[in-house]
Amino acid sequence: MISEEEVKHIAKLARLELTEKEIEKMQKDMSAILDYFDLLKKVKGPESQLWAGDPEERSDEGQLRKDEVISSHDIVDELISAIPDKKDDYIKVKSIL
Amino acid sequence: MDLTKLTIKQAHDGLKKKDFTSVDLTKAYLSEIKKSNKEINAYLSVFEDEAIKDAEFADQKIASGSFSELTGIPCAIKDAIMVEGQKCTSASKILENYTAPYDATVIKKLKEEGVVILGKTNLDEFAMGGSGENSAFGVTKNPHDKTRVAGGSSSGSAAAVAANMACYALGSDTGGSIRLPSSFCGVTGLKPTYGAVSRYGLIAFGSSLDQIGPITKNIEDAKIVFKAISGKDEKDATSRKYKYEDSNTSLEGLKIGIPKEYFIKGIDKDVEKIIKDTIKKAEDGGAKIVEISLPNLKFALACYYIIAPAEASANLARFDGVRYGLSAKADNLMDVYLKTKGHGFGQEVKRRIMLGTYTLSSGYYDAYYKKAQEVRQLIKQDFVKAFEKTDLIFAPVSPVPAIKIGERSDDPLSMYLMDIYTVSVNLAGLPGLSLPAGKVDGLPVGLQIIGNHFQENKILGVASFIEKMLQ
Repeated sequence: MISEEEVKHIAKLARLELTEKEIEKMQKDMSAILDYFDLLKKVKGPESQLWAGDPEERSDEGQLRKDEVISSHDIVDELISAIPDKKDDYIKVKSIL
Repeated sequence: MDLTKLTIKQAHDGLKKKDFTSVDLTKAYLSEIKKSNKEINAYLSVFEDEAIKDAEFADQKIASGSFSELTGIPCAIKDAIMVEGQKCTSASKILENYTAPYDATVIKKLKEEGVVILGKTNLDEFAMGGSGENSAFGVTKNPHDKTRVAGGSSSGSAAAVAANMACYALGSDTGGSIRLPSSFCGVTGLKPTYGAVSRYGLIAFGSSLDQIGPITKNIEDAKIVFKAISGKDEKDATSRKYKYEDSNTSLEGLKIGIPKEYFIKGIDKDVEKIIKDTIKKAEDGGAKIVEISLPNLKFALACYYIIAPAEASANLARFDGVRYGLSAKADNLMDVYLKTKGHGFGQEVKRRIMLGTYTLSSGYYDAYYKKAQEVRQLIKQDFVKAFEKTDLIFAPVSPVPAIKIGERSDDPLSMYLMDIYTVSVNLAGLPGLSLPAGKVDGLPVGLQIIGNHFQENKILGVASFIEKMLQ
């Protein structure tokens, strides 16, 4: 069973505010799901390395684009208008400390 | 003639023969939406005025003689796909008032064909769910039984097509989100090969798994829409140079693989019977049925529910209340983050962010995330071996028909188990289709047809034979 402290720690890492009730439910749900993940312990040690795409995917037609600036200036106004708190064209944020 | 019952092909023929106009079609759908949407809750927003304008533009195109099969045909778009100037909520409070600044590539492509966009459809919040119940804006009801769910996460897209509120729709599929609601609602849904369709402008959930695909009334329509939206896009580096070409694959001599691991305890007996009867029909039609084994399939669900939430926890970190979306008021930046996410996200999204953060966190990474990536490789290899012996794989889409609203909503693990037949396809990047195969007590059941990478043409070719046999 995942502890209450662990749930609070993970929630803080994820920047999620959880109510006491949510923490309790999260503890129960995450524990059941993590128990189910134990199934993976039965996997016979694979010889394969970490997945890094299929060979044919890697060699495909140069997946990486050239390192050039592609202008998206045509939507600058739309992007700025979506900012919740701003001054002129700058994003405003609360103090960090 | 009831215009809302037509397929894309039939509607196109009617437009060509000038039996009716795109404005007539669009008005028919809008009036159907007015009549049924309040109860079904398939649409989150309806573009009444814009749709009529789209239709008038399409009618001009048709009059000029230069038009395609999709010109003037009204469609619905999952609200995780951006349509410029319209709200895009992903069924989340955190994006309740967010306006899309640009068109997704699939929308750009459809607009070039001169389609009519009727509105945006409901989904599980950020496409996380199998029932449609995780929407912040209410559940979508199944048009076949309104006490039941439409299936998720593309709940509104499947329900809109099933209830004649759209001629076709776009959905997205990360672990079954096109196929599952298509199966529950009795419509056709195609999850394309990873890389076949650009994901640019789709709100990201699990980036190594997400694909956009069509939900339609039949196979012919699925082909038309898939052809229009697929192909390389410079704005999505995972999209591939690919051009759909029809194949005349017939059932004669076709090798159909049946994974023995798919017919295990837990599958509804009536669902199993429908799938097995359909397989028998394919055999009678000349196909060769081969029993295959996908030994690592039993690990697929655990593997998926580690990888998808891990990717989601990274993708959803962007909703921090700083650049767009909901922004909670607080005195310092940390509290802005905590309160924005705490108030903005629903329970299932929070659960997945927590799971993903946990499995990626120091001390647990090797046991969960790294292990899951290794298992993913094994599952892929199982499919590679299977396709050495078979052309296509037949399986159920879901172990059960549409569940009752509320039946599993309090037990996330039992909800996840509904995805047991669909997630492996996403892990392996394969294309998969849900084809209506029959009904259990009035509830539709879909047959899943899985193909090798970029063999959508083989899937759709064979599916159209089966579709005819089942009629």
